[in-house]
Amino acid sequence: MNFLVVLEQILNGLQFGVMLFLMAAGLTLVFGIMNLVNLAHGSLYMVGAYLATAAYQWTGSFPLAVVLALAGTLIVGMLVEVVTLRTLYERDHLDQVLATFGLILFFNELIAIIWGRSALYTSLPRYLEGHVELLSGLNYPVYRLLIIFVGLAVAGLLWYVVTRTRLGMLIRAGASNRTMVAALGVNIRLLYTIVFGFGAALAGLAGLLAGPIYTAQPGMGELILIQVFVVIVIGGIGSIRGALFGAVLVGMVDTLGRAFLKPMLATVISLEAAQTAGPALASMLIYVLMAVVLAIRPEGLFPSRG
Amino acid sequence: MLTRIRTIALVLGLASLAALPPVALALDEPFYIDLFRRFMIFAIAAVSLNLILGYGGMVSFGHAAYLGIGGYAVGILAYYGIDNGFLQWGVAIGASALVALVIGAVSIRTSGIYFIMITLAFTQMLYFLGISVEEYGGDDGMSLLTLSQFGEWLDLSDATTFYYLVLAILIAFMYIVHRLVNSRFGMVIRAAKSNEVRTRAIGFSPYPYKLVAFMIAGAMCGLAGALLVNHTAYLTPDFMHWTRSGEIMFMVILGGVGTTAGPLVGTVALLLLEDTLSAWTTHWQLFLGIFLVLVVLFAKRGLAGLLPGGKRNG
Repeated sequence: MNFLVVLEQILNGLQFGVMLFLMAAGLTLVFGIMNLVNLAHGSLYMVGAYLATAAYQWTGSFPLAVVLALAGTLIVGMLVEVVTLRTLYERDHLDQVLATFGLILFFNELIAIIWGRSALYTSLPRYLEGHVELLSGLNYPVYRLLIIFVGLAVAGLLWYVVTRTRLGMLIRAGASNRTMVAALGVNIRLLYTIVFGFGAALAGLAGLLAGPIYTAQPGMGELILIQVFVVIVIGGIGSIRGALFGAVLVGMVDTLGRAFLKPMLATVISLEAAQTAGPALASMLIYVLMAVVLAIRPEGLFPSRG
Repeated sequence: MLTRIRTIALVLGLASLAALPPVALALDEPFYIDLFRRFMIFAIAAVSLNLILGYGGMVSFGHAAYLGIGGYAVGILAYYGIDNGFLQWGVAIGASALVALVIGAVSIRTSGIYFIMITLAFTQMLYFLGISVEEYGGDDGMSLLTLSQFGEWLDLSDATTFYYLVLAILIAFMYIVHRLVNSRFGMVIRAAKSNEVRTRAIGFSPYPYKLVAFMIAGAMCGLAGALLVNHTAYLTPDFMHWTRSGEIMFMVILGGVGTTAGPLVGTVALLLLEDTLSAWTTHWQLFLGIFLVLVVLFAKRGLAGLLPGGKRNG
């Protein structure tokens, strides 16, 4: 019985980790290739969640809503890149942080104007609502399994695109020497816009998957964004492999910490003290993890070779 | 060195701040004393950030942490009935310096984007700590029932007295930062900003210098936190919210990074703009966001860049 509870929490941790990975992959790709710090990545996650919710209410079809939301965040991402971020590639990180901080304020307020400030709840289509019996006594939600599956599939696909296709080759070449790639006749500006758009779509995917589990509300992007930063710092900036490893690690530590830290503490200290200290410690756990990793390896666990 | 025009502008600005309370009282508009007191408290935070950001090149995206530490130091002591201001503010400064030491020790080992993310993450950690500790109000925060007590000769509940105290601290801190960055210590910090490798090559190890600067900035901002909690008489984890850190950073940039008066100018300009916009529409953040993007794209040197003699920014 106890084992099943642990297993269920491990699956929850994996599901959260996979979601963090979808965010981290886009962010780390954009940073690794364009050398751009994009705080507004969380806003694209929020845009994805809202577009999917709106499209699902409008069309009544969940798969269609997914497609529309993905296309929508792709377009929003490319627009943002063309209008503002393109001019910031050559600037220092401070300018990038401030401009994208401005974008966050803009998007949060824009969403609040269109959909209001209160949280938006989405329902799932009936075929995704149920549970599957994984082991006898362990029923796990279909939807969360789907998220895990989608996340791992995207990880595989990303690996394939970056290492095995012509587009991936151009991306890697652009990361190591922008000028040289441009001199060889590649339209590097367009390439950057496309990469940024794909990163945005990945954030949108994470957002639309998150919508039905958590709720959609203005500012939802920043909560996950800061956790994604922790993932990237742990994994090593610019490395997709590091992003996957860091995301699963952070997802596990956070979920298991929230689930089991309090009962574990209660065996050592008094129950009352554990009631207060447990949640406080659990919410700090991933940051402590980050500090420990940094103290040992300041470059993260998988520093990118580029 | 400041050019003459800049010095005159700074002196005029400070003089008009000093002249504000009697004028506001004569016009029967005490509201302005309150308003500018808040501006100056944030200016103190911005001045402290400017020390490490403007001169040290350390882009700390977690400076609001120290506002929170300073605020909670005063709030928690007051909660247990200890309302001696010297003790409270001393603890606020000491605790902030200590937290800055810990955060700095880890984050200064890294640089660039890592530094930005790590300082942000640690501040978020403290924010969640503030939210989860129910004893001190958790998410909702708690009231400061008695203001810090300094005996009879300094009564913070008197708006004008409190105003001049904040002004005095602001001027003192601007002076301290000015002296610091022009001292040998400051030269090392600035050298490390412009070229860390060369700084090592001529025999300085930047790490301890940067760490001490980080601590000083944290301690200064901690005092701003102690002032802020006395100003609002209320304490919430929102003191440490990450958007607060972003705002303080923007105050420094808007005014002109690495200048003496920049943080003060930027703070007053940003907060005035925020107050004006929010009085006009509830969706003021939309316009603030656009304004921020435009400033970064088109006004790289901030408002101080409008005055002549800003070569130092170059």
